[in-house]
Amino acid sequence: MADVLLDIRNLRIEATSYPPGEPPRDVVLVDDVSVAVEKGRVLGLIGESGAGKSTIGLSAMSYGRGGVRLTGGQILLNGREIRTAGMRELRSLRGHEVTYVAQSAAAAFNPAKQLMEQVIETSLSHGLMPRAEAEARAVDLFRQLGLPDPENIGKRYPHQVSGGQLQRVMTAMALCPKPDLVIFDEPTTALDVTTQIDVLAAIKRAIHETGVAALYITHDLAVVAQVADDIMVLRHGKMVEYGTTEQIITRPSEEYTRALVSVRGIEHAEKDPSVEPVLRVQNVTARYKGTNFDVLKNVSVDLPPGQTLAIVGESGSGKSTLARAITGLLPPSQGRITFAGRELSRELKARSKDDLREVQMIYQMADVAMNPRQTVGTIIGRPLEFYFGMSGEQKRVRIQELLDQIEMGRGFIDRYPAELSGGQKQRVCIARALAAKPKLIICDEVTSALDPLVADGILKLLLNLQAAEGVAYLFITHDIATVRAIADRIAVMFKGQVVRYGPKSQVLAPPFDDYTDLLLSSVPEMELGWLEQVLEHRKMESAGN
Amino acid sequence: MVHPILKLVVQRVALGILLLLAASVLIFVGTQILPGDVAQSILGQSATPVSLANLRAELGLNDPPVTRYFNWLSGVLQGDLGTALSNGQDIATAMGRRLGNTLFLAFWAAIIAVPLAIVLGLISVRYRDRWPDKLISGVTLATISVPEFLVGYIAVFFLAVQLQWFPSIASVYDGMTLGERLYAISMPVIVLVLAVLGHMMRMTRAAILNVMQSAYVETAELKGLSQFTIIARHALPNAVAPVVNVVMLNLAYLVVGVVVVEVVFVYPGMGQYLVDHVAKRDVPVVQACGLVFAAVYIGLNLLADVISILANPRLRHPK
Repeated sequence: MADVLLDIRNLRIEATSYPPGEPPRDVVLVDDVSVAVEKGRVLGLIGESGAGKSTIGLSAMSYGRGGVRLTGGQILLNGREIRTAGMRELRSLRGHEVTYVAQSAAAAFNPAKQLMEQVIETSLSHGLMPRAEAEARAVDLFRQLGLPDPENIGKRYPHQVSGGQLQRVMTAMALCPKPDLVIFDEPTTALDVTTQIDVLAAIKRAIHETGVAALYITHDLAVVAQVADDIMVLRHGKMVEYGTTEQIITRPSEEYTRALVSVRGIEHAEKDPSVEPVLRVQNVTARYKGTNFDVLKNVSVDLPPGQTLAIVGESGSGKSTLARAITGLLPPSQGRITFAGRELSRELKARSKDDLREVQMIYQMADVAMNPRQTVGTIIGRPLEFYFGMSGEQKRVRIQELLDQIEMGRGFIDRYPAELSGGQKQRVCIARALAAKPKLIICDEVTSALDPLVADGILKLLLNLQAAEGVAYLFITHDIATVRAIADRIAVMFKGQVVRYGPKSQVLAPPFDDYTDLLLSSVPEMELGWLEQVLEHRKMESAGN
Repeated sequence: MVHPILKLVVQRVALGILLLLAASVLIFVGTQILPGDVAQSILGQSATPVSLANLRAELGLNDPPVTRYFNWLSGVLQGDLGTALSNGQDIATAMGRRLGNTLFLAFWAAIIAVPLAIVLGLISVRYRDRWPDKLISGVTLATISVPEFLVGYIAVFFLAVQLQWFPSIASVYDGMTLGERLYAISMPVIVLVLAVLGHMMRMTRAAILNVMQSAYVETAELKGLSQFTIIARHALPNAVAPVVNVVMLNLAYLVVGVVVVEVVFVYPGMGQYLVDHVAKRDVPVVQACGLVFAAVYIGLNLLADVISILANPRLRHPK
């Protein structure tokens, strides 16, 4: 390998952890990992949260985020050791030889400065080219990345362009100083799926046209399969498997990689749609106070008891607003909501205790939905006290039953949320909702913040609980794979309206309307060349029109 | 479509005017309910009831309070602050000179203190938790903790008496050159700078440290920029709003809070003027001073608000 650009050998990364009530101790984040990137090639780093992907990525710039220390091994960039290099040398290579594209471009751009200033900043500060040349190069890159109005977009401020555009501007910023290596750290994860595909295509094209080498970090194997030449699978800071993309996707040799590849294998039979619905939403229109714009327009959906209605759509489509209207947090301006045969009052205050008890909610961010100073027992016990007046031994027995139901040990009753993993926290939230013996649970993106394997566990749990308790789910998500796994019927929302609605087998089968087609075809699939096929297909269709 | 900034600024200005009116009512009510009779204090204990009654009628003291308030307010709006009871001088003229002196002092104190505070704040952030930071924090904390008059006298003892660098009394008069004037006020300027430096420096430090946590500062670090470029170009512009607010509060203090310092250095400014006339129960002067102080205070805070609005790129460049 003559053309090795980045050669990381036996890297060890540590940080100091400060557990509450205990003395600080050093933890090993990355242990004995070796990575090599050749010129012009793209290496995908893949793994779940805590796998050390970003930490390894940033080590290519000899940078440790927030007290993270690179304590062992060698990091050779263009043949010279940078792990132990001084600040002066690091400053000269950061932003010049190696550049970085962050997950959230919206946060990574300085809100007070024009985009152009930020894009060409390194080219100027490192003395790489004069301002005029840097600006011309930036405009070229804007054009290459498919940004609208490439001549003038640089004059804008970060808040004036959309998230997908900002991610492309950040890619242009990384490519502008003609680096040898670009680190892409989950560059499309925060985007809607229909935006992701365009950004992904733009990044891939830019990588190929500039011939730059790249480290592409993501948790989504289907995404990395589209851009990477080689893939390294990481888990708990250690390497699991390393091979070409083709080998990892089609012939994974490790058990863990196989699990990642075959994730979302859940299937369940669609239930009979012709049952009298428990929830009936009729022509609901709603807007937020002080605005003159309807965020929900004439929405009508039904949900039979013991079944799951998935509400699918991108950010801003009105999914969560529908949940707010059903729970009474946002009184609709028109329409009616019928639940278990009675009409629910629009206002939350006018609803009876039974109305409140029978509709429960689970949120995306389990950590902020729980009081960090209450134990699991207190959290789950609260609805038991509030709705059923339970106390003492009776309450304790019921809490233990619920812990059994969410497949967590009874010992968790005295634990605090901070001591739980992300998946366990979400399970506690499920138990809290279940404690009220509801007829309907509204699940708002409950698996979106979780790693795929953990999310699968939660989905399986929800399906089991539905079979046992007969509870209905209104399942809000942007993720089509999740919908396939658990929905009985589906409503696709777009700009506050339901554009497609029906049993799962019908909604996910052609012929599609334009939007559903776009949405479904944008979901990355775990096969090589998928991106090119989709883009080719779309090009042909638009030429045909 | 009106630019949202214009709308916000107009709202702020309108609110400021309303606030000033409210302050004028408070000042008027406050000075009117003070014990003592103005006519009595002008004519002295030996005045006859008849002459007291005549003077009261002449001063309009028999009118209902609301009428008197509006008479006073309409005078103020036309630039007539009334005449001082103690010496019969026109207040606007007498105060104009004093206000000029106070603003002169405040201006030079601010010219030194504001940039110094911001630079010290930047240095503190750059060397956070190391000795320069601790030294700056310690010294500025000490200077804001010690009362000004004490700082004043200590400064007089060392700088004026022992070293004889500066005059201990800041007397200014007509015909002085700018240089002479600056030399004359150097002692009060030093004391005022020490008094306001601490707050501004600490706020600058806190606001920038807050911004230093953000993702775009990490981006700047990964661009290989130097620490000082990162702090000054990426962090400071986003810390303007909180810094401006505390700067303006301190500027207001330089104008309305200098009473003690002016008395210590016998400087002929607003503070001295106010203290003299409070002692003489000269109600119209006290009212006028109160109103001017209120106007300065509200005006500077209004300015802080407007600058904060202008510093927000989301408002300056709407979508």
